Amino acid sequence: MTNKKNILLVDDDLDQLEIVGLYVSKFGFNPIKIDNQKEAETYIENNKPDLAIFDLMMENEDSGFILSYKLKKKYPDVPVIIITAVASETGMSFGLDNETNKTWIKADLYLEKNIREDQLHREMKRLLN
Amino acid sequence: MAKLKTLIVDDEPGIRSGIRRILSNFTTSYPFIEENFEYELEEAEDGIIALDKIKIKKYDIILLDNKLPGIEGIEILNIIKKEEIDCAVMMITSFASLDLAVRATNEGAYNFVPKPFTPAELRTAMENITKHLYLKRLTKDVNKEEKQFRFQFLSIIGHELKSPINAVESYLRIILEQQLGNNIDDYKTMILRSIERIKGMRTLISDMLDLTKVQSQNQNLPKSELDICSLAKRIIETLEPMQQQRNIKIYTDFPAECNFYCNENEINIIFNNLISNAIKYNIENGKIFLTIKPEENQIKIITEDTGIGMTKEEVDMLFGEFVRIKNNQTKNIEGSGLGLSILKKIIEKYHGTINVDSTPDKGTTFSIKMFHAEK
Repeated sequence: MTNKKNILLVDDDLDQLEIVGLYVSKFGFNPIKIDNQKEAETYIENNKPDLAIFDLMMENEDSGFILSYKLKKKYPDVPVIIITAVASETGMSFGLDNETNKTWIKADLYLEKNIREDQLHREMKRLLN
Repeated sequence: MAKLKTLIVDDEPGIRSGIRRILSNFTTSYPFIEENFEYELEEAEDGIIALDKIKIKKYDIILLDNKLPGIEGIEILNIIKKEEIDCAVMMITSFASLDLAVRATNEGAYNFVPKPFTPAELRTAMENITKHLYLKRLTKDVNKEEKQFRFQFLSIIGHELKSPINAVESYLRIILEQQLGNNIDDYKTMILRSIERIKGMRTLISDMLDLTKVQSQNQNLPKSELDICSLAKRIIETLEPMQQQRNIKIYTDFPAECNFYCNENEINIIFNNLISNAIKYNIENGKIFLTIKPEENQIKIITEDTGIGMTKEEVDMLFGEFVRIKNNQTKNIEGSGLGLSILKKIIEKYHGTINVDSTPDKGTTFSIKMFHAEK
């Protein structure tokens, strides 16, 4: 077995999943690609990834938040990134700039779609250190 | 029972108490409004007091005498108009100042009662102004809801269009930078997926246009007596490539002829949606049964497929805008999520109904009943 870090990727857009998966492998990590919230929940119950990247809207409007919450409850030390397009479309903001938001959003980083490869790499390295 | 806050502005105590007497036990009701209306009365003896009251409290109706000490009725009316205070104003004027009454109406007063008035005259005037107020507020609410809906619709459209654009853009960038090496074959899946996503966008855009068309045009579409069996046959023909791809057979049970008074384009949208859904959500080598049955001044259209079916919960969600049933079996099927809501809107125009009967892994039956369009 390799000692590559396992990165859990959950996105119901199969192309996004493929693309981010490709980036993550190029960075030298091992992507675990799952395309729905339900399977991701099962995965979290049985495995501990090194980092997780969730899409926000899947089966539910807040699938990404639910997954974050469940993952953090079980493994508080695993960093979570939520990637979504919601903010730029609706003007909604899920900023993690204050402590209250940090406690209920349960994600370490919140990124806008369409994320650039180098930006993702930088943030992942930062969170994994 | 709704209570309308009413302010009586008149310097003559006799008029104020007279109005109070006439309106205190008076209720208005209309056959088309469920609510009854009562009046909660307050008084102001001059213009300055009236203005103070109007600025602090929200009144529904203001009965306004023009000849007031201090500030004139028409000036108060001007302020109400300028500050966009949401209330209906009725002027109380003597016959001598009919001119002024007309001017007041131009300035935004709803109507006027000439002094002296009988109780019956005042009541009739109150009935009218109440109805006016009710309808005015109703349209305001409707406009608000419409705006809210449009905002939601646009932001979802934005999201639905952005996802494929993001995917295609990322694929192109990967190809441009030759991230998988310089063998073109390694990029084939990405190119095919990009084409697929662009197709999805095109479907979304044309569905969106259909939906706005259905919503904006009402009864004015050209209609004629058409044989809808031949319309259905034509749609089946245009969808042949889709059927062949998945090896799906369509069996039809049509009468020799079935005339229906309708708009051709709308009926085409119905068949196109029904049949393409039955193909998309079918299994490979599946079957579709399409039945058209004329009945007394209506027609019945039934599609039955041998597809993946839906659970009861999924069926309940089905007719919302942008609803796409997401599960393992549907995740590779491109769709806009608008098809069925377009279908439903058209069927409603024909005073019809649509029923769905579905069993997971067995198939789905859509039954539509529509009446001839009004001539």
